[in-house]
Amino acid sequence: MTEWWTYRPGDFLMFAPRTYWRLFELHNQAWWPAQPLLLVAGVAWLVWWMRCGAPALRVGAAALALALAFVGWAFMLQRYAPINWAASGFALGFFVAAASSAALASRGDLHAASLGRLRAAWSLCGSALVGCPMLAAAFGRPATQAEFFGLAPDPTVLMTLGLLVGLQANSALTRAVLAVLWVLVLTWCVVSAATLWTMGSAQGWVMFVSAAIAVASVRVSARHAARRQAY
Amino acid sequence: MTTRPDRRQWLTGAAAAALGLTIPAPAVGTARVAGTPVTRRIPSSGEALPVVGLGSWITFNVGRDAAAREVSAGIVRAFFESGGRLIDCSPMYGSSQPTIGHALARLAHPTTLFSAEKVWVGDAAQGAAQIEASRAFWNVPRFDLMQVHNLLGWREHLPRLLEMKAAGRLRYVGITTSEGRRHAELEQIMRTQPLDFVQLSYNLLDREAEQRLLPLAQQRGIAVIVNRPFREGALLDELRRHRLPAWAAEIDCSSWAQVALKFVTSHPAVTCVIPATSQIAHLRENMAAAHGRMPDAALRARIGIEVAAL
Repeated sequence: MTEWWTYRPGDFLMFAPRTYWRLFELHNQAWWPAQPLLLVAGVAWLVWWMRCGAPALRVGAAALALALAFVGWAFMLQRYAPINWAASGFALGFFVAAASSAALASRGDLHAASLGRLRAAWSLCGSALVGCPMLAAAFGRPATQAEFFGLAPDPTVLMTLGLLVGLQANSALTRAVLAVLWVLVLTWCVVSAATLWTMGSAQGWVMFVSAAIAVASVRVSARHAARRQAY
Repeated sequence: MTTRPDRRQWLTGAAAAALGLTIPAPAVGTARVAGTPVTRRIPSSGEALPVVGLGSWITFNVGRDAAAREVSAGIVRAFFESGGRLIDCSPMYGSSQPTIGHALARLAHPTTLFSAEKVWVGDAAQGAAQIEASRAFWNVPRFDLMQVHNLLGWREHLPRLLEMKAAGRLRYVGITTSEGRRHAELEQIMRTQPLDFVQLSYNLLDREAEQRLLPLAQQRGIAVIVNRPFREGALLDELRRHRLPAWAAEIDCSSWAQVALKFVTSHPAVTCVIPATSQIAHLRENMAAAHGRMPDAALRARIGIEVAAL
């Protein structure tokens, strides 16, 4: 690309905001009534995790692997790719994330993080499950364009982010898989936020702030742990 | 009762005739525009084209949304009803090509269509396959105009396009740029290559093309298609904050969009401008800019100064 410094984010936006939001409306129509089922299943899993801890982690990782793969195929490739060349690449990212999440589910060394991180993780998961579907109405769009965990990328990635904040691993291999997932979900948070901001939607702040909360909670927890070790 | 043209109208008409324009009766507003639009001749053939065409960047990229495709078909229908001919697209524009194909099929492929496409691939070996894929989307026997998009691989693509033209598989060959990029290279290509068309960005605020490219196009007999006449709407968003000046009525403009389009199309080097829209009211408003009086050189200068000062 020549004269790269003359390009702005808006130069890469090749669709209108109404076209982007219509994707979710059509997606919701196509997959009804998956939305309430996924919502109930997601909330049930979150409650299980809050009550029982570690046993829910591997099941959650397995479920997220399916959700990430489904979003990569059904949303990215089938809906988003026709209006955005980059969506095929995004789909690849979702498939790698799905494979990583499946790998996590197979690992036996997952355990719950500190209480502080767990609270942040549960908040992120709760926001993904219940908050995200309300964003459409909150930002003045029809409720038919609501984004649901398991169907739309942002809430599915926020759930993944919540799981990542809430778990830790002992082995180097599992930590490497976690690192891959962290990179992928944080990258999507930035991509999604940038896309939404370029479309003129303040909803971009939701992804950006969620990513910032996730990173901050892990950093703060690590600092506390280091301090405790020093004492 | 008939109305005799006043002196200014007569002078404007005479000046327009000298520039190769045909001026029908004035028509303004967003209602369906009657009469024949103002046309300009393609220098390499003499073929006349209406000065307002239809772009498709963003607006026709609606994916697999059947309802949105029907809306786009309505835009294309209104375009042809208003006397429009040139529709411009590119493989880069996502799903815009199948959207245009759907619209043309809905209209039983209007014979007045002037199809303008682009080849946009770095690997020149894939150029022919991409052009064929584009043709299949449009479902036309051949394209009227094939342009090298944003100068990408032009050294390899242009010879192939010229061969296709010689073989009758294209009618015209062109090259495009946008947003003022790579003008020096474009100028060099215009000086050395046998182009029928060049496409570039030109509007009330982005006027660099006036310095060298537009005069060169006139000198070399190259038709000019102008993209981004509204800076993707940002220019109109800014202008709409201001009251339309009194002189707008002198050129039969009832909106800033029409002023912006008439400013562009009244440049003697410009053949056609390609605003994109997703609303029929805006389409008709744009097409109305291909009718009525055009600004003369003095008014063009005044428009440029006043808009820059806003």
